Amino acid sequence: MRLGVRLRGLFMGLMLLAVAGPVMAVQPDEVLKDPAMEARARALGRDLRCMVCQNQSIDDSDADLARDLRVLLRQRLVAGDSDEQAKQYLVDRYGDYVLLRPPFKTTTLVLWLGPAALLLAGGWGAVMFFRRRTASAGPAGERPLDETEQRRLKRLLSNDREG
Amino acid sequence: MIPELGQFALIVALFVTVVQSVVPLVGAIRGDRTWMDMARPAALAQFALIATAFGALMSCYVTSDFSVLNVVQNSHTDKPLIYKISGVWANHEGSMLLWVLILSIYGMAVSVFGGNLPPGLRARALSVQAMIAFGFLLFILFTSNPFARVDPAPLNGDGLNPLLQDPGLAFHPPFLYLGYVGFSMAFSFAIAALMEGRVDAAWARWVRPWTLVAWCALTLGIAMGSWWAYYTLGWGGWWYWDPVENASFMPWLSGTALLHSSIVVEKRDTLKAWTILLAIVTFSLSLLGTFLVRSGVLTSVHSFAADPTRGVFVLALLVVVTGGSLILFAIRGPTLKGGGLFTPLSREGSLLFNNVLMSTAAGTVLLGTLYPLFADALEMGKVSVGAPFFNAVFIPLMVPMVVTMAVAPLLSWKRGDFAGALGRLKFAFAATVAVAAGTWIAPGGGSGPLWAGRGLGLAAWLAAGTLVEWAERVRLFRAPFSETADRILRLPRSAYGMTVAHIGVAVVIAGITGSSAWTQEKIQVMHPGDVVSLHGYDLRLEGTEDNLQGPNYSILRAHFSVTSGGRPVADLYPEKRMYRQPPRPTTDAAIRTNLLGDLYAVIGDPDGTGGFVTRLYFNPLVPWIFIGAIIMVVGGLVSLTDRRYRVGAPLRTARAMAAQKGRA
Repeated sequence: MRLGVRLRGLFMGLMLLAVAGPVMAVQPDEVLKDPAMEARARALGRDLRCMVCQNQSIDDSDADLARDLRVLLRQRLVAGDSDEQAKQYLVDRYGDYVLLRPPFKTTTLVLWLGPAALLLAGGWGAVMFFRRRTASAGPAGERPLDETEQRRLKRLLSNDREG
Repeated sequence: MIPELGQFALIVALFVTVVQSVVPLVGAIRGDRTWMDMARPAALAQFALIATAFGALMSCYVTSDFSVLNVVQNSHTDKPLIYKISGVWANHEGSMLLWVLILSIYGMAVSVFGGNLPPGLRARALSVQAMIAFGFLLFILFTSNPFARVDPAPLNGDGLNPLLQDPGLAFHPPFLYLGYVGFSMAFSFAIAALMEGRVDAAWARWVRPWTLVAWCALTLGIAMGSWWAYYTLGWGGWWYWDPVENASFMPWLSGTALLHSSIVVEKRDTLKAWTILLAIVTFSLSLLGTFLVRSGVLTSVHSFAADPTRGVFVLALLVVVTGGSLILFAIRGPTLKGGGLFTPLSREGSLLFNNVLMSTAAGTVLLGTLYPLFADALEMGKVSVGAPFFNAVFIPLMVPMVVTMAVAPLLSWKRGDFAGALGRLKFAFAATVAVAAGTWIAPGGGSGPLWAGRGLGLAAWLAAGTLVEWAERVRLFRAPFSETADRILRLPRSAYGMTVAHIGVAVVIAGITGSSAWTQEKIQVMHPGDVVSLHGYDLRLEGTEDNLQGPNYSILRAHFSVTSGGRPVADLYPEKRMYRQPPRPTTDAAIRTNLLGDLYAVIGDPDGTGGFVTRLYFNPLVPWIFIGAIIMVVGGLVSLTDRRYRVGAPLRTARAMAAQKGRA
């Protein structure tokens, strides 16, 4: 039975689209009085990861750690930090892992440039495709009919006349 | 007895797949018709055996046979019957069994409806289907046996995760798998075509409807999952860019590209190698999705390493299938010469353009999903790749694609008149500007971000452009009405399918834009009698009832009365449920929709002084996301009824022609 309990965690994956329980994230007692500042806190919270959760932002998560981070973030904003400073404050303590949008640096080069590289490769492939086709088919993209096609054309035309 | 019967059926099915993989293939190579035809009865037998095994497992669940470990772990006598049934696939072993069951259903379909296929192609495709089934049956029998017994049998089971006890999620996996596995058809036929070294219009005509079936099922499955997330997770979100979601989204993206490029193969006899590659990639992404979700690798590379048997097996399967087919493609792909020539500014050219964007999008999702794993494995530090990254990269790829979607159908094949097409889109352009400006001027419209108008404008562009194309085809207002009416009736179903599906995409885009731009949220503690105003509605908490009883849970239910300007609008009853086995809470949001937006209420924890945490949302245009997805599926289904794709149609045409010849 112990085995069963251990494995069960593994099984749930597929059906759990978002690996979450009912989300009861931001609590009323955390909300700041100033709506503009609260809106900033919410927007920032969506970009910060709850590190003990699977791919959830601190804004979505009901974990204790997420709550602590939300409160901490609001404290920084109240203390007068800009959005960037507040974010940096958390990065200094928890590392880049806390950012759901990883910063652009050497270790994330492939991640950020990958999509552009894929697009360029695709575009280059398409250009090569057209080049090869036009090269083999003459400048206007058309080629004279080959023998079988000529014969077929003749046959079709004569059929037409007969019909 | 019944579980043993099921297991025995699986073992026999394994041997049948061996025969079905080898005999027809050898027959096809040697040109021996009898050996080739072996594939058809074998596919039927394979289906019958796997269906027997599946039925056996289902019977264990329905009768709550707690001597079977799988039932113990995932069921409970208190569960309503529907969740006993869905419990069959709500776990690893059962879902793998469902996977092979669906695979065998598709194999049977080839066998039953494939009478008009060239025998060599059919034999090879069924042989490839059997090889896939062999791999998965081996996986089930050696690492994930659903029929393992437990002794002594416990009195009752552990129950099913309450989140899965939901109608939306109960039928989410079967549809998802119908999609995933449905792409195996395109894959098997692609491999068969590579072996034969020939891809022609007949090939595309067979592959296209099955790709469409898979695409419709996958679209519906993803939409169901998203809808479920929307109403149960309790804060009105519907897409999270979660790796598990991405796992199903990648095959959807490349499957959509495949659907479109196979049109080019069928109509214009070109882009063959590309289409074959897409078929291989799409099915590989489906397998990768299965691997990602099943292996536990997503939680962390280390948790995967801790219990790797299953993960390694699926990974090996993935490597063999993908690697093997890519090698075959590298050898045979270059020999697939296309016939039809076209210029970049043509229907084919624009389809190719969108194919490139779609594939880049699929590659981007793949990169973002796997990057944290690679970074972790290569000790580059832990990286999070979440929604902000995907939105930043994905949206710039989708915008040009949607812009092209309106123009492409107006371009003719081979060489299109681009300027002319743009000229004919004057009306669509006007509609776009009007919607974008209207959004900005409309009351409250300007309160949203700047891009909101652009998003809705984009949706208007696509919807109007699609309608313009349809209007041109039926010569609306240009020809006498009788001619237009005649054209409306005669337009092929596949053309209507395209029109409907593209309008569905426009509706989804509008929904996404609206929900991202103007969602309103109020979070507070409310006592009975308190009123909260939201988007012109007054929501009054009338009271709460505790300890109501559901079939296997107790309920805390709140009652909100909603009024607008003193006039009653609705009553909302959000619930918080506490399941007995396993003891876990779930939320059930109360949603009142007027199709333009949802009023969405969630009841949370008591605050200890008689009040409750409540979350109230107004989610504008969210219903459009799900309605749009359903419109897309309807478009796919309409296209499927096109008589040219009706299964067996080519056969009848051939017979009719033979009959005519006979008469002449």
